[in-house]
Amino acid sequence: MTWDIKDIQKWSPEEHELGAVIPEAGNATLYKTGGWRSERPVRDEEKCTQCLFCYFYCPDTAVLVEDGKVVAFDYDHCKGCGVCATECPVDAITMHPETEFEGGC
Amino acid sequence: MSATTDTQHLIQAVTGNQAVAMAMKQIDPDVVAAYPITPQTDVVQEFAEYVAAGSVKANFVTVESEHSAMSACIGSASAGARTMTATSSAGFALMWEMLYIAASMRCPIVMTTVNRALSGPINIHCDHSDSMGGRDSGWVQIYNEDAQEAYDATIMGFPIAEHADVRLPVMNMYDGFIISGAIGPLQALTDDEVKAFIGDAPTYPNLLNTDEPMTFGPFDGLHGFYFEHKIAQQRAMDRALNVIQGVYDRFAAVTGRQYNHLMTYCMEDADIAMVVANSAAGNARIVADQLRAEGVKAGVIKLRTFRPFPTAEYAKALANVKAVGVMDRADSFGGVGGPLYMELLSALYQYDIRAKTANFIYGLGGRDIFPQDVETGFRLLQAAAEGADLPKSRVYLNMKGA
Repeated sequence: MTWDIKDIQKWSPEEHELGAVIPEAGNATLYKTGGWRSERPVRDEEKCTQCLFCYFYCPDTAVLVEDGKVVAFDYDHCKGCGVCATECPVDAITMHPETEFEGGC
Repeated sequence: MSATTDTQHLIQAVTGNQAVAMAMKQIDPDVVAAYPITPQTDVVQEFAEYVAAGSVKANFVTVESEHSAMSACIGSASAGARTMTATSSAGFALMWEMLYIAASMRCPIVMTTVNRALSGPINIHCDHSDSMGGRDSGWVQIYNEDAQEAYDATIMGFPIAEHADVRLPVMNMYDGFIISGAIGPLQALTDDEVKAFIGDAPTYPNLLNTDEPMTFGPFDGLHGFYFEHKIAQQRAMDRALNVIQGVYDRFAAVTGRQYNHLMTYCMEDADIAMVVANSAAGNARIVADQLRAEGVKAGVIKLRTFRPFPTAEYAKALANVKAVGVMDRADSFGGVGGPLYMELLSALYQYDIRAKTANFIYGLGGRDIFPQDVETGFRLLQAAAEGADLPKSRVYLNMKGA
């Protein structure tokens, strides 16, 4: 089912699901965890060899791949853990403080 | 039903644990997940025998601990299965974390807790430290005097737990060894009467409904609604008061055995009253009878429903009493008094009732409680009703070296 939670911040105790059940399957993508990030991964496309290590290591499936190639990071869900930058064998990924970016936290 | 002429409801001689195992057999829940511990062991053992004999359809899950037992119960209840278990003492303590989760996930589990002391020193005998320690866990708590009451409470468990206004787990208590292992009279319902009384389990959102997949027991998030869920639990407890009385009344219509949140004895014109839970209530009634024969207006209130606490009903029952004693078979070390005493003081204060009060701690670790011990308490109340002061500190009944 689809769970309409747009007014959830105003819900009374009775309006919440009994026992804190989440009645909608697969809605974890709606929960934006990007706001937890203090450092942002940035990829140097010229250095990148498309080995896909970052894609396999990312614990949040936040490395977006199309046609077998890394195309971008999903900054809505990347928590900034830096695993991708650590594992990148050619140092194509570097971590930068969010304060360097417009709209960063 | 009349005991003497009714062949369908003959009085049997059984232990408290056998009585509860019989009730569980008649209920035939979908799942029982339990671990044996003295003095509850016979409940689980007898039920396992029913399973082995094929006389119940229940899925019996043998687990490696009580933490696992309650965890299995939570999973089972979340899957929509009628689920029961039983425990005591250290087993109850090991369940503690999961008790809160069962209640907050609104799992209508029915559990028997055979009251036994908590260690140490290691002690297997009766007191109420175990279940009193779980009084804030969000479970409905019902205390029972004897095998009959324990059996009846077991039958009444699911109609309370599964009620749409409640949806909370229910635990039923009775005294270890004194009731669990001693043989007493039991007038059981027929299987058909039990089935008719509890009815079919209601359907509610559950794990096994693959057409509507859902998430159970999720993280509440960093800006979540834990607070609202806790308020919802308390409101369910508030509503449970009426639901429980309704179930008591419906049970009375079938059996003639009328239960109430508090069971009063000679309270109509009482000047002094003793509040007591479980098996010691009989001692208190005997002493009240003796005092009445002397012309002392003594009464007894037997605790039955403890969670939710029927505050207003206690205030009403004690409105005209001059001195009230509360017998606690557990202590809250460093607190105002035992758990029942603190509860009752709060109730009286809330309703502006200023009877004199005393807290009698008794029976810890199975220490015997004799009528003369209860009389000691009653005599203090009698003196207080005539003007004397009552001690503010705990009064210990049948303490050695006193």
